Amino acid sequence: MSETFADLVACEDVLMFVNAAITSTGQREFRHWAGEQRLSLEFLHEYMLGNYRDMYAAVLALDINDHNAAIIVRNLLVRAGDVEAGRRRSEGRLIARRLEAMPQQRVYRVFRELRRCGVNNRRTRAIIRDWMAGRRDPAFDSVKYRAAVKDAVRHAHLRLRGEQRDFLFAPFSVKAYETPIYEQWRRAHYQQAAVYELPYTVAEGFAAKHKIPREVFLERIQPRMTRLERLRLQTSAQEAKAEAVRADLGEMPLTRLASYVLSLSLDERAARRAELSRALRTAARRVAGAARGSWGKVTAVLDDSYSALGSGQKRRRPLAVALAAHYLLEALATEYTPLWTSGRTDELLVCPSGPTPLGQRIIDALETGPERLLIVSDGWDNAPPGLAADVLRVWRTRLDPGHRLASGQKVMIVHLNPVYDADDFDVRRLAAGVPTAGVRDAEDLPALVGLARFAEGRLGLAELRAHLDDRAARFLGERA
Amino acid sequence: MTPKLDGLETRPGQVWGSVRLVPLVREEPVPHLRLHRKAYEEPVSVVDVGDAVYVSFVPHAFVATWSDGDQTQGASYGTRLLERDTRAAPPSVPVRFTRRMARKAGKDRLRFLPLHLAVEGYLALHFGGPEIAWEEWSRRAVAHGLSPRGEETYLGRQVRGLEDALRIFEIHPGQCGVMVYVGDALACAFVVPHPDDYRALHPTLVEDLFGELIFVYGLLGAPAGDLSAPIDDTEIRSLGDLRTAAELRQEEWAGFHDRVMAGRLFDEDGSRQVVQYLHGFELSRFLPSFAPHQENHIGETITDDGGRVAYLKSFRLSEAQVKRGYLLKRLAEHDWRLGAAAAALGTDEASLALRLERAGFGYLLRQDVLDRYRAAKRATRDPRTGRPPDRVPGRGRSGG
Repeated sequence: MSETFADLVACEDVLMFVNAAITSTGQREFRHWAGEQRLSLEFLHEYMLGNYRDMYAAVLALDINDHNAAIIVRNLLVRAGDVEAGRRRSEGRLIARRLEAMPQQRVYRVFRELRRCGVNNRRTRAIIRDWMAGRRDPAFDSVKYRAAVKDAVRHAHLRLRGEQRDFLFAPFSVKAYETPIYEQWRRAHYQQAAVYELPYTVAEGFAAKHKIPREVFLERIQPRMTRLERLRLQTSAQEAKAEAVRADLGEMPLTRLASYVLSLSLDERAARRAELSRALRTAARRVAGAARGSWGKVTAVLDDSYSALGSGQKRRRPLAVALAAHYLLEALATEYTPLWTSGRTDELLVCPSGPTPLGQRIIDALETGPERLLIVSDGWDNAPPGLAADVLRVWRTRLDPGHRLASGQKVMIVHLNPVYDADDFDVRRLAAGVPTAGVRDAEDLPALVGLARFAEGRLGLAELRAHLDDRAARFLGERA
Repeated sequence: MTPKLDGLETRPGQVWGSVRLVPLVREEPVPHLRLHRKAYEEPVSVVDVGDAVYVSFVPHAFVATWSDGDQTQGASYGTRLLERDTRAAPPSVPVRFTRRMARKAGKDRLRFLPLHLAVEGYLALHFGGPEIAWEEWSRRAVAHGLSPRGEETYLGRQVRGLEDALRIFEIHPGQCGVMVYVGDALACAFVVPHPDDYRALHPTLVEDLFGELIFVYGLLGAPAGDLSAPIDDTEIRSLGDLRTAAELRQEEWAGFHDRVMAGRLFDEDGSRQVVQYLHGFELSRFLPSFAPHQENHIGETITDDGGRVAYLKSFRLSEAQVKRGYLLKRLAEHDWRLGAAAAALGTDEASLALRLERAGFGYLLRQDVLDRYRAAKRATRDPRTGRPPDRVPGRGRSGG
């Protein structure tokens, strides 16, 4: 291998950034405040943009979270002039594709951010124009994100035609709109019945204006809610005696569902055991898809220590990821052993408490003789500290060098970490010989396990570049 | 007899910055002793303390509304053992909160008196000093905030990193105690009889008191040392060996901690005084030998009839406090007679009196007496140096 030292550093830097971009949302974590997270993350972005701009852009094709995708898009556009036209074009394609995949409220936030930064180059205007032109239902957007759409239109000097322009800039100059949703919005100002034809977030404002009682409002607006709004409002709606608001748990994404389950009290979880575990299993099977049952014998060490509590902003997020991973691995494996750090065995009743004896659990896990060992933890091994690293080191150097299971077949050990460590600019690692990857949604687990082989140091920069290019090409190709 | 921490198992410490918290775990809670129910009457959820419990304890400087009729809050004065069902309040000092304090602590939160007057109280308690003066002092401190003396104690909140360390500390199942280290200096040891009591009191450690030394160590922020020794892998042939090695390492850590890190918690040459005895439980206060330039901890323990520690709260004295303790100890040895104590210290009465004043014990002496000593001292000013022995009366930093 003709790897230079610089290549190794580059490889490490990019992986570090990918881990950060997957896990950190700039929100408060269990150990670090939001400010520390943001500061640390902003620095990483600047560093990547300055040193590895091509790979920085290509990261848009990976499963990084929307917060970081938005920062990347912004940074690339702010510093668009630094690179020549060809590169700008390819960056533009990546940005456009990423914006398509992002939730629209986040895209509008990016546009507003660009406006705030005073970025108004031709590329930016073209990107906004193209994205706005690609909206399926511009009228709906104009109603739901009225102020944001207005800002974007102003900023990109778009020429709107017909009712949309009137609606945004002179809404009451029109006696009656022809577009139904504009008309309902106009009527909702004085007619209660029209409120219920609007998107939930818009209707909420009108409901307050008309002083509609909460339960009546929730009952009637229920068909207009998105599925996540329904999930979010389910509990408070029941408190307000609006029984109609019911989320269909069967169609929820896995990690989101796990978060919901963990938000319930232990008694409620026990009472609804059948319903909840069925929903979780269904979601996991949907994620596993064709790979179901193809992973062989899997053992997982799952962290439910007190630090899995997350923070006020990311409530029980690390634990939710662990719980979702549990169900996903159950679906992927033929033989599956879960080991929670607290020693609990009932996964539906997990709650974050106690210390993190990762080392002991890893010994337990290795004793089950798995083909794959997955560790989902924030990496703060503290009972005792450093034992997990020792165990993994001894396992790799003394106990498993001959590949005990079968010759040439190592036990595959991967550590997935849902928490970004602001001090280290990376997710916290367990041991040098074991790859660590950041994880935000358990749904990405199979892809991350794939990416983790780079972190193990067996594959170099060239391969990493090839992998990123391949992902970017596929990402752009999906559009067709 | 020095108290023994039997039945408490030392678990691996958790480090955050310069703070190391070492959990102490009990297999079984100490039977028949719990925190006074008052502690649980506040927003902390109601905990069933069981029917077998018949003795409860109230920690020192614990603020609560003690009597039903009267809504004023009081700080308990010295740890007390109480019969379970008695409504009788422990001896307490009324606390009048200034607005600033009340806002900080929340209306009815379980807390310790967040001022250094608790230490003052401690010292007074330990030496049987005047209670009235303490109350006088506490009133002054409550009204005017921290004392104007140079040497002070600090709220746990002010010790940098401690608040975060306590927040993110992962409480072990069955944990009944903790040893707090800042910059790897033992700041305080805290043990209660039952894990639920510990859970209730764990957050209040940020409102506990810490000496100047601990505050400064927190400020310096030197990270706590990494004390984990890697496993020697040459001997390991199987997972079983690895497990044994891990267990061995845990035992080594516990032994090292108890012998070395917490070795000077109970001073061999210190003294111990039994304060109260109730249904087999013994409340006592311990004092160190006040050896200068060494670790000196004062504290209170409740031991059961087997001599096991059920409750322990210690405070690490700062250097200035050690000096003051030394003075008080000498005075107490000579029945509070200035002349005899001065002779033992190889000085004269007037010097000792002024030294007491510099140490912050001016209020122990009558004003006119003090003035007389001061005048005498001024008259015998050293003609060679011309230096007055008391540079700034009442504001001196050093007491010894």
